[in-house]
Amino acid sequence: MLLKIEKRPEASQLMVYATPIFALILTILTGSFLFHFLGVDPVEGLRNFFIKPIDNTYGATELLVKATPLILCAIGLSVGFRANVWNIGAEGQLTMGAIFGGGVFVYFHDVDSVFLLPMMIVMGAIGGALWAAIPAFLKTRFNANEILTSLMLVYVALLVLSLLVHGSWRDPDGFNFPESRLFSDSATMPILIEGTRLHFGTIIALFAVLGTWIMLSKTLIGFQVKVIGAAPKAGGYAGFSQKKIIWFSLLFGGAMAGLAGVSEVSGPVGQLLPSISPGYGFTAIIVAFLGRLHPVGIIFAGLLMALTYLGGETAQINLGLPVAVTGVFQGMVLFYLLACDVLVNFRIRFTLFGRAAS
Amino acid sequence: MSDTGSSTSSQHPRLELKGITKAYPGVLANDHIDLKVLPGEIHALLGENGAGKSTLVKIIYGALKADAGTIRWNGNLIDIANPHAARKLGIGMIFQHFSLFEAMTVTENIALSMPGRQNMAKLSKRIVEISENYGLPLQPNRHVHTLSVGEKQRIEIVRCLLQNPKLLIMDEPTSVLTPQEADKMFLTLRRLSEEGVSILYISHKLDEIKALCHKATILRGGKYISECDPTVETAKSLAEMMIGTDLKAPKHDNTKERGQVRLKVHNLNMDSNDQFGVNLNLINFEVRSGEILGIAGVAGNGQVELLEALSGEALCKIPEAILFENKPIGDLGPSQRRKQGIAFVPEDRLGHGSVPEMSLVENAFLSAYGQKQLISNGFIDTKKTKQFAKEIVENFDVRTSGVSHAANSLSGGNLQKFIVGREMLQDPQLIIIAHPTWGVDAGAAASIHQAIIDLAAKGTAVLVVSQDLDELFAISNRMAVIAEGRLSVGRSVQELSIEEIGLLMGGTSKSDSQKEFESVA
Repeated sequence: MLLKIEKRPEASQLMVYATPIFALILTILTGSFLFHFLGVDPVEGLRNFFIKPIDNTYGATELLVKATPLILCAIGLSVGFRANVWNIGAEGQLTMGAIFGGGVFVYFHDVDSVFLLPMMIVMGAIGGALWAAIPAFLKTRFNANEILTSLMLVYVALLVLSLLVHGSWRDPDGFNFPESRLFSDSATMPILIEGTRLHFGTIIALFAVLGTWIMLSKTLIGFQVKVIGAAPKAGGYAGFSQKKIIWFSLLFGGAMAGLAGVSEVSGPVGQLLPSISPGYGFTAIIVAFLGRLHPVGIIFAGLLMALTYLGGETAQINLGLPVAVTGVFQGMVLFYLLACDVLVNFRIRFTLFGRAAS
Repeated sequence: MSDTGSSTSSQHPRLELKGITKAYPGVLANDHIDLKVLPGEIHALLGENGAGKSTLVKIIYGALKADAGTIRWNGNLIDIANPHAARKLGIGMIFQHFSLFEAMTVTENIALSMPGRQNMAKLSKRIVEISENYGLPLQPNRHVHTLSVGEKQRIEIVRCLLQNPKLLIMDEPTSVLTPQEADKMFLTLRRLSEEGVSILYISHKLDEIKALCHKATILRGGKYISECDPTVETAKSLAEMMIGTDLKAPKHDNTKERGQVRLKVHNLNMDSNDQFGVNLNLINFEVRSGEILGIAGVAGNGQVELLEALSGEALCKIPEAILFENKPIGDLGPSQRRKQGIAFVPEDRLGHGSVPEMSLVENAFLSAYGQKQLISNGFIDTKKTKQFAKEIVENFDVRTSGVSHAANSLSGGNLQKFIVGREMLQDPQLIIIAHPTWGVDAGAAASIHQAIIDLAAKGTAVLVVSQDLDELFAISNRMAVIAEGRLSVGRSVQELSIEEIGLLMGGTSKSDSQKEFESVA
């Protein structure tokens, strides 16, 4: 009896949807072992990690608060990934979105207008898109690898933010803390449910998901993105421009990440700080793949990854585990997903020796 | 089969298959197929597209696993787990779709398929030796992605010959060779056969099979039909066994008046983007309404570059070099050229003419969305696109279990029919077709040829670039030959013989034919 991995004639649609679940199950199993070796009862550990954070209304809304930037970044990245454009720098684009959006408030902090917030949102999207335009230019003009350029620009963006909040944008009444002014009411995302932090940014994320879904499935540009990603030569044959798609997917991804940035600073954060994101832009890469680059999948994956942030916090507080537990769980999900994805194109069979088939 | 190799092992066939069965989603590709190949025998495997030939040979080569059935090698029951095991047994295979790493050189690709470590310098030398010996010129240090289809196939052939195989499987090996080269290769194959090497030979060229093969096994619709001696059968009777109905030769009328000039290419020069590509040098020709112009030539002589220039995938510096209905189009991209009524069928079905992972519906949309108005109010009209895909499938007899299946789930010939159908149903004024029946069986080829002829009869100008001379002679009104980036003067097919064309295809041979390449500026 031999264990064999053989290629499927056609990619399995069932496995496309089943492997994220396999990955989750394997993560939970490995997580149990991990808890055991850390001296925590696995059942208690998993309960604290996955259930306790959301067993009340406030917890559930917090899940949405954390999922919002993840989903926004991931939906933007998914368009690029489909076109084989590997934008790894959503974190930097998010930061630049926060700078542009927050900058509007810094300069118009004494203006009390209903147009202030919309202006900030638009500028946030523009800021993210501009930051993503740099890798797009370098890629289309010099064929520079966007993975490297977009990633390196993350650190540049973080330093720009740091420079501003330590320098000219520092709150004059803030006792020299590296923070901007607290955003005024007209610069803050409206709260959706009183007594929670659930804000209007979640609605923006939902519309972004819906819009992207329609764009990918029903419009020519969405079709072009998919064709250029799957078979660039066929795209050229159909007359689609690869450069145009590189520009489009980077600008789109940047704009979405920029929206996430501005919705964070004018939402739960409420001001510009040296650090405004616990790596949402990077985790969004996992969200995009776990969600199979599909808008609906990204919603579920975004919620799951948000849960790992909340679960990590609960595990720290209740079980005294280190903060790294969040990253370990996120890493395991991606690792197992990539491993299980072999099953999409391959299947495992048991064969008997000496015969053409079992 | 009187002259088939050694008699000592003739009690055991080299290869014997019994009841091989293989199912794909929606299709039974092989349904209890039997096959027996004796040592030193050249055995033809005949069948239409989707008859299950490719599936069967992939099973023999270990690239696929049968659902049921047995394989015997020299009388012993065996399990061919993978191509490596097949090669170890002495089975060599030349695939219809190549299994080469594009980013590696010729030598590296060949080294990969050989057991153990290789001395690359020595291997390069052997490659050159063998390739020259068999008339298959190859430069060992070139990267595969820079090679044309024909050159890639040469690698596959040389790769197999290097390993002294006992059974050689060849999937339409002559489709990219000139007649002279094919004759040379037949000599090689006959020599191999006398040395005791068995050859399983897949081809749709029936004359070739009659001339070369000792035995033939015929498949139809995944089933074993019969085994026969092709030397006593006629080409017609073989084709009938294969298709199951009477074969229709393409009918066309060569006497008809030709219409006005649709496409005029005038002194087209083009430097290839690729360092190993062929530069186009003063290309001149015209195609008239209702006319089929055939361009013959061995792969890698500028066909790829010419087709890219004509389709708009590569733009010309001088727009006037290409005139369509007297308007310069040399600087227009593919979509703008389509808008004017030009359709294209590219050489590579998978990945160029279609997106392999996408459904037939999406692939129907790919090039037809403008001409067929498949976008309404900025959104893709899914219903209309689906209808168009169904129309292609019905009108061009594409065998598939539904238009929602991916393009790469179709057999080569069926996908080709789909792509040809998609382009033809857009009612083009000019259609440019590259290798219309490459790797396509006789039945599908006949229907594609008839469709091309019918389209021309309706007044469409047709340009066919192909390496299959029989095909070009059967359908063209005029023919020209491309060699080393230059095009000979187009001549009526009645004035031409296969030998003349063959000499022109040689290109560099300094003969009287050199005059043919003088430009007609």
